[in-house]
Amino acid sequence: MAVAEPRAIVIKGATLVEDGTERRADVHTVGGSIVEVSRELEVPSGAQILDASDCYLMPAFVDLHTHLREPGGERAETVTTGSRAAALGGYRCVVAMPNTVPAIDSVAMVEFLRSLCGDALCDVEISAAITVGRLGESLVPFRELAASGVRIFTDDGRGVQDDALMAEALAIARELGVVVAQHCEDESHARGGHMHEGRWSSLLGIPGQPSSTEEVMVARDLRLVRELDASMHFLHLSTEGAIELVRRAKAEGLRITAEATPHHLSLTHAEVATYDARFKVNPPLRTERDVLAVRDGIGDHTIDAIATDHAPHSPETKDEPFDCAPPGMIGLETAFSVAYGELVARDNLRVAGDLASRPLTIADLVRLFVTHPARIARVSGPSTQLIGAGNAADLVVFDPSERWTVHLEDTASRSQNTPYANLNLTGRVRHTLYRGEPVVIDATAQR
Amino acid sequence: MIEDAREPARPYRRPFVAHSVVMNPEDLRRALVRIAHEIVERNHGTESLVIVGLQTGGAPFARRLAELLHEISGNAIPFGLLDVTLYRDDIGTRPVVAHSPSEIPIDLTGRVVVIVDDVLFTGRTVRAALDALADHGRARAVQLAVIVDRGHRELPIRPDYIGKNLPTRLDETVEVSEEGVVIGVFEDAQRSAPVGSHEGGAR
Amino acid sequence: MIDEMQEPRNLVSIEDLGRDGILEVLRESETFVEVASRRMPKVPALRGKTVATVFFEKSTRTRLSFEMAAKRLSADTLTVDISASSMSKGESLRDTLETIDALGVDAIVMRHHSSGAAVQAARWVKACVINAGDGQHEHPTQALLDAFTLREAIRSARGTDVEDLDGCRVAIVGDIRHSRVARSNVLALSALGARVTLVGPSELLPVSVEGWPIEAATEELDAVLASTDACYVLRIQHERMADAGLSDLREYRRSFGLTVERARGLAPGAWIMHPGPLNRGVEIDSQVADGPNSLIRAQVRNGVPVRMAVLFRLLGRSRDIEEVIGDGRG
Repeated sequence: MAVAEPRAIVIKGATLVEDGTERRADVHTVGGSIVEVSRELEVPSGAQILDASDCYLMPAFVDLHTHLREPGGERAETVTTGSRAAALGGYRCVVAMPNTVPAIDSVAMVEFLRSLCGDALCDVEISAAITVGRLGESLVPFRELAASGVRIFTDDGRGVQDDALMAEALAIARELGVVVAQHCEDESHARGGHMHEGRWSSLLGIPGQPSSTEEVMVARDLRLVRELDASMHFLHLSTEGAIELVRRAKAEGLRITAEATPHHLSLTHAEVATYDARFKVNPPLRTERDVLAVRDGIGDHTIDAIATDHAPHSPETKDEPFDCAPPGMIGLETAFSVAYGELVARDNLRVAGDLASRPLTIADLVRLFVTHPARIARVSGPSTQLIGAGNAADLVVFDPSERWTVHLEDTASRSQNTPYANLNLTGRVRHTLYRGEPVVIDATAQR
Repeated sequence: MIEDAREPARPYRRPFVAHSVVMNPEDLRRALVRIAHEIVERNHGTESLVIVGLQTGGAPFARRLAELLHEISGNAIPFGLLDVTLYRDDIGTRPVVAHSPSEIPIDLTGRVVVIVDDVLFTGRTVRAALDALADHGRARAVQLAVIVDRGHRELPIRPDYIGKNLPTRLDETVEVSEEGVVIGVFEDAQRSAPVGSHEGGAR
Repeated sequence: MIDEMQEPRNLVSIEDLGRDGILEVLRESETFVEVASRRMPKVPALRGKTVATVFFEKSTRTRLSFEMAAKRLSADTLTVDISASSMSKGESLRDTLETIDALGVDAIVMRHHSSGAAVQAARWVKACVINAGDGQHEHPTQALLDAFTLREAIRSARGTDVEDLDGCRVAIVGDIRHSRVARSNVLALSALGARVTLVGPSELLPVSVEGWPIEAATEELDAVLASTDACYVLRIQHERMADAGLSDLREYRRSFGLTVERARGLAPGAWIMHPGPLNRGVEIDSQVADGPNSLIRAQVRNGVPVRMAVLFRLLGRSRDIEEVIGDGRG
């Protein structure tokens, strides 16, 4: 094989958005790095041109919450298909959740998963379980795992129910400087409920789980964090009460971070009225009040990051009665468009009501999709968060004016369980550069 | 077109344009009196007679006939109504609403039943009526009285008593009520010719 | 062109009918009450049609009632007992239903333990889907026969053929939260003008009654009885006692059972209803269930004609012919 010249690319006509700023510029990349950023850049011969006129150019995104399903769930997703979906969504890094089969709870499993990620279309940051087998009974070997490079620990899909065990995990994490991320669901409150307990669960006759399911565990964890002077990340907050608890704890100075999902900021439990299990997710879609609280939390920085909780499930498992189907929605390919449409452009709103408040800017989204998640996951320094010469060529071009319809048959994910099927979204990722490689051009994956 | 489902008479009535009046109320009255006398004559009296009107067009004439027979013979004549909807051979080809229950006051076994309907056309309603009657007992004989026989039979069915023979075209329709008999066409007949059975809205 | 023959394809929820649809079913049910009273209580209306009763949950009463209704309309019936068939061996609900559908049945009468299963089934199959109970969601034919029975009682008491249940005060008592019968009845009875009050221990009342067309939801049974025209008692299940914060069925009976003593507090002439099967001595005493004001027998009796009306309404037109007669004017 001949040694190829490093690939040269010029992104023309974009508006650059970094954390807090916007400016008009062209960007020239060679290999995995940015070599030049200037207002009118002369295109060197042999360089590939990517049109970005009327588009935003941003550092590519980081997802704190992706289920790649490998190993064990290859019917629903693989590293290849999941990372392709991520690239289409503008991501350059996803944190893979450890609730695979078997769970990622040992160095051997981490090494095995790492071996599957060589050809991925984005970086895969491997997280490990908090407890062995995610059974909530005994802690995983934190020190070994941390030494092998794991920086995030979570039993996601379940919360750690045992108070003492959770305290132990937080103490070890503090000592090792790693992140514990909690899926807040108190199972004694959830009682196996399949949706949010309230108006719609009552009308539909589906057993629900109340908001307290989430709030009780958030409250417990905040208390542990305070007592142990630990730090912690809250996954997918969904209730008004939980967000308020986190808001107060942050004001108090606790070292905590929190994420919210695109679906919890855009959809309510009313979607379940069709009994379509595509709308079954955990935590469940909640009330309009809760949706507005999530948006408020994003607006006042109570919520640090938007994370997808991309949870693929094969069609046959979702084509079951609501109470039999597994919870989860895919989200990588639609996350940024949903957030842009709901929070910045504010059109196609499924839940209106807070229009008096300040809409977010595209720069706010960069904070929510890049800066904060990268910091929370400790995945990299500023070289992938700023668009400047010498920095990594992990870039995304987003066309804010494109309106598109989500078609089930078009998902790059191996699963089709998107709640946005047949809905119109505003704005779409046009190109994605991952380490200088154009993995997505014109909303089409290149491999 | 169930504009008012509470009016069971013609739930699927189509716009109708009258062309000519062929019987007025007085004609109708005379025809009924004549039929009543024919019934008495044919059956040598009114013993074991039962008058059964077909829901819903035959009902008023059956009621009137029973009254006339009472007047003529001095005997009260058992009178019933029969809904044939559930016995039709065209269920599934047109909308069906079964909400004019049958009212057959007595067991028909051994009785002479006179079925009364307003218009005899293809004969399919009468065929259904024969099936329906059988579920109310084994009549000794069944006779058929109609106000108008408009021809175009599709089954070997023949009336015993006829108010008026009325040759018609297939695209015409005959409306019979206590106010008289009118020939006309459906307003939409030019646009959509009837499909399948000619009976139904068009009689 | 307005398709005036646009007929409902399924009966999954009372909401599929609306007030007008409910009244139509009740009207047609009268025709079938007459049929049932004949010496020969069978009509050929649905000859050549096939009705499959597909029950994923045991229920002899409802299944018998539907099969009787289908047979009296001369339809063929297929009895699919899932718990006893190979279909219980790991086949998905969708595959099971599509298999039955592919046989060419005209209607699938379905009972399933999951709420909404019938809603999904209606999306999957071409046959008409009739919900015979799906989880805690709905049981529409039960509500229709209850409405029919109640109207019959009002008509006979007042000596006049009232059209609906306007102003009739109905108390539904028991485990409302987990009851599909209650959900369908709330919708059907209120659509006909009845004023419905839900009564039960708070843990067995709906978490939220927002959007429920009811007068009130209360724990005070005795306060409601005196101003009730019909007391509809639901079957209580032993397994629910823990949810309800009650120690056992004895305790339930003391507070919410329609005992002989408590029934004395009913308004004079108030009717007693129950969807069956009865837990005699638990939610209702035998003397009350069998008393002169009980409509429980009439409910069972009306099950067949009302289900005949539902089957005839949905199957009176075949799906093939619907396509042939495009203009809807055969």
